[in-house]
Amino acid sequence: MGVVGDAWTWLTTGSNWSGESGAAHRLAEHVYVSGVALALACAIALPVALYLGHLGKGGALAVNISNVGRAVPVFAVLALFMLTPLRNSGYWPTIIALVLFAVPPLLTNAYVGITEVDRAVVEAARGMGMSGPQLFARVELPLAYPLIMTGLRSAAVQVVATASIAAMVGLGGLGRIITAGFNTYDTAQVFAGAVLVAGLALVAEGTLTALDRLLSPLRRRRRA
Amino acid sequence: MAGENCLVANDWICGEYLRSRSQELTDATVEHIWITAVSVLIGLAVAFPLALLARRGRHFAGPVLGLTTVLYTVPSLAMFSLLLPLFGLSAALVVTGLVLYSLTILVRNVLAGLEAVPPEAKEAAKGMGYGPARLLWEVELPLALPALMAGLRIATVSTVALTTVGSLVGKGGLGNLIEDALPSLFKAQVLTASVLCVLLAVAADLLLLGVQRLLTPWTRIRATAGPDRGALIAKVEAG
Repeated sequence: MGVVGDAWTWLTTGSNWSGESGAAHRLAEHVYVSGVALALACAIALPVALYLGHLGKGGALAVNISNVGRAVPVFAVLALFMLTPLRNSGYWPTIIALVLFAVPPLLTNAYVGITEVDRAVVEAARGMGMSGPQLFARVELPLAYPLIMTGLRSAAVQVVATASIAAMVGLGGLGRIITAGFNTYDTAQVFAGAVLVAGLALVAEGTLTALDRLLSPLRRRRRA
Repeated sequence: MAGENCLVANDWICGEYLRSRSQELTDATVEHIWITAVSVLIGLAVAFPLALLARRGRHFAGPVLGLTTVLYTVPSLAMFSLLLPLFGLSAALVVTGLVLYSLTILVRNVLAGLEAVPPEAKEAAKGMGYGPARLLWEVELPLALPALMAGLRIATVSTVALTTVGSLVGKGGLGNLIEDALPSLFKAQVLTASVLCVLLAVAADLLLLGVQRLLTPWTRIRATAGPDRGALIAKVEAG
């Protein structure tokens, strides 16, 4: 396949990486926007979900928000943002859209994770005289950890994927390499951009999987 | 008269837009439904044998589930672009990408459904002389149907939303209208197409829920356990 060879040539040409619309700048934009959005989404979703989970209330809302989220096209939301004054605010339209789509998986998984903790274990901890905050930090949070991390992983993948769609409405990120290639009928560049986007998504997934294993509270206990 | 002014004023909601472009909207909606339906049906046709294969043991389950999960990680814009050299600018490109996405959800749900079939039911059917094919078709499949349909609903709703990205290659149904309207900041068209997209997803979800209820009448009887239950069973038996 000639395209693959041409894409390799594109990727290994230094001039394609430099400048305002070069791959290096686009990669930095993509990582910056995704990182800020993921951090914001965690800051919003996790405290709410963990608190509601601890109380054991309001879960139906979390799950429903998540399901509705699937039905809303990212592209449509970004396009709507571009028709409002938001379009003049740099990276914010993308970041807001990303937060919107990252909150539901984080919220659902964290909430379900806490409420699914074995009630017998919670009762036992109460019986041992643990207070609410102690119960939360020492029992519920460690046991809910795997599901919270699953939510974080799917949110991260979604964020990286969504950040590439931002290019379709003229915003930054690695997707711009693809759309620019489309505009100039440069299939090699389209393919090269797609490889970069797909690679970044897989790297994000891999990094979080590794982090997950490294930070797992149950693993640490086993080692100690 | 006020209706025509909203096109000039570029309002978000515009009745005149709906009237004058109804043909364009219908065409885009039909294309959207067509691409979604074909993708989900092919996805189901591919996912079902894959799930049966994954069920045969860990040697098959690992690669099948691993591969479909990795495919799901690839962003849609990249997926469509990566398939470009194979298919060119065509609807087949978009459909293939959407099929690959639906596989993750469908394979997992079909597998979960088949594995949740009670072993007693299978043993009983085997004891009655059911062969593997008849066991699958008449016992396992009906019992796995709720999980299968749940997966089908999630896959369909996500596919409706993802189809819009197909506008990258000009085959995005309602997404095309959104992309066309962006350069001229045509608010009514972007909002109408977006709302239609969401409505389409909700309608598809409700339709599949209805299909599920029709295909699994026994779950409804169990759900209404109460004073009316006897009457309901009697009614079902009479019908």
